[in-house]
Amino acid sequence: MSSQPIIEARNVDKFYGKFHALKDVSISVHQGERVVVCGPSGSGKSTLIRCFNALENHSSGTLVVDGIEVFEGSRDVRKLRQEVGMVFQQFNLFPHLTVLENLMIGPMKVRRVSREQAEETARKYLDRVHIPEQAEKYPAQLSGGQQQRVAIARSLCMETRIMLFDEPTSALDPEMINEVLDVMVELAETGMTMVVVTHEMGFARKVADTMVFMEEGRIVEVAPPEQFFTAPSSDRCRMFLAQILEH
Amino acid sequence: MASSGTASLRGLPIPKPPAHQQLLNSVPVAVAIYAIVVGLIIYGSFVGAQNMGYNWQWYRVPQYLYSFTDDGFQWGEISIGLVATIRLSILSFALATVLGLVVALLRLSGLVVGSAVAVGFLELIRNIPLLVLLYLFYYVLGPIFGLDRYVASILTLAVFHSALISEIFRAGINAVAIGQWEAAKSIGMSAGQAYRYIILPQSVRFMLPPMTGEVVHLIKSSAIVSVIAVAELTTIGRNIISDTYMSFEIWFTVAAVYMVVTLILSIGVSFLERKYTVDQ
Repeated sequence: MSSQPIIEARNVDKFYGKFHALKDVSISVHQGERVVVCGPSGSGKSTLIRCFNALENHSSGTLVVDGIEVFEGSRDVRKLRQEVGMVFQQFNLFPHLTVLENLMIGPMKVRRVSREQAEETARKYLDRVHIPEQAEKYPAQLSGGQQQRVAIARSLCMETRIMLFDEPTSALDPEMINEVLDVMVELAETGMTMVVVTHEMGFARKVADTMVFMEEGRIVEVAPPEQFFTAPSSDRCRMFLAQILEH
Repeated sequence: MASSGTASLRGLPIPKPPAHQQLLNSVPVAVAIYAIVVGLIIYGSFVGAQNMGYNWQWYRVPQYLYSFTDDGFQWGEISIGLVATIRLSILSFALATVLGLVVALLRLSGLVVGSAVAVGFLELIRNIPLLVLLYLFYYVLGPIFGLDRYVASILTLAVFHSALISEIFRAGINAVAIGQWEAAKSIGMSAGQAYRYIILPQSVRFMLPPMTGEVVHLIKSSAIVSVIAVAELTTIGRNIISDTYMSFEIWFTVAAVYMVVTLILSIGVSFLERKYTVDQ
């Protein structure tokens, strides 16, 4: 792990009108680090990672991602987003394009690589997420788990340095969760920097370098997983873990 | 108890609607009723015309559609007028689409100035009658900017319909899920690229039916330019009538020609629409 963080947020606040969504949040993520963010719904987890690629603009504080300072109206936002991939809860695949075209459109239109090059990359990453045979289909013809794996491949095709996951398995049927998590574990093994919002604690135990617990817009606890799961320092975090690990 | 109740119902036929409804809904009866109604209307107007001593001369109408002379086949005046109407409509619609898209994008731009300009334009155009707008373009802006009657007509139709078309665009764009925007942005697309490659292609599906309605509307409202004597279908109809006094035959024919064109258009688009849904 290099000493210079690849994501650094200092005293970040975010308001939606009067609602205070992020309260004085500071966090740093290093190259190659895997961070899992958890917490009750409405605690600001999604808002935080959406700030990382400027899908939301924070209201105050400093946020530097991959050496680019993020702020509202910054001209570098598109450059930033090319380095930071995002996987959404609802997949958000482009329904009018085939799987292959979904993967190729970013590299071709944004990075201006040739069609042949884009297709080669797309097929490589479809292999990586174990669905090379679905290349010619439309998203609606795939299962939820397959769609989410295509969405992961779509981000990978941009050759990003950081991947953000916003509850990637929350919209999936239970039997499809593992196929997505498996792909994410494999991705973690390649050394990708990942920030994952999830309640899949088995996955967190397996890949996380750092666990983050948020509540009511604040980061309440930051700890390595062994400590986080066995001896969390805050009561609130202990209660949360007790609830989601009950079954 | 409940299970035995359902068991005893199993296999019973679904109750049929009452007999009189079945009769009314059957195809031959419906066609017969339709034919009687249409027949009565035609008969009524025929009798009315007879009573006022109207001299029907339908045999003179075909020459205005097409004719065979010594020079061979020739299109008649009404056909030429139809081509002029179609040409006028296509040019106006193309311009209206461009203008409508610009207005819609301005409205959606999120810029205060942009949406103010767009809303101002929409309210202005929507609250002026088409005929007055035509007079404004021809009698006021025409002399100022040196617009001839044809250009004034195209501009009038384009501006009038761009207001409605921009609303269709706006609704179509808004109908695409917000997640599509986020996905497009998250792979680094600019707003322009997101519109072009992601949002607009998906909006087409939502826009096709109301757009067809708008084209039909435009073709019909293009008749209004006859008041400034632009040579198109309605103007030519009027000219023929002033030469021949066959107002009943010619107006019936002109109406039928408009109807045939717009019907073909509607049917064509609904076919296209079905194909499009299957492809998705």
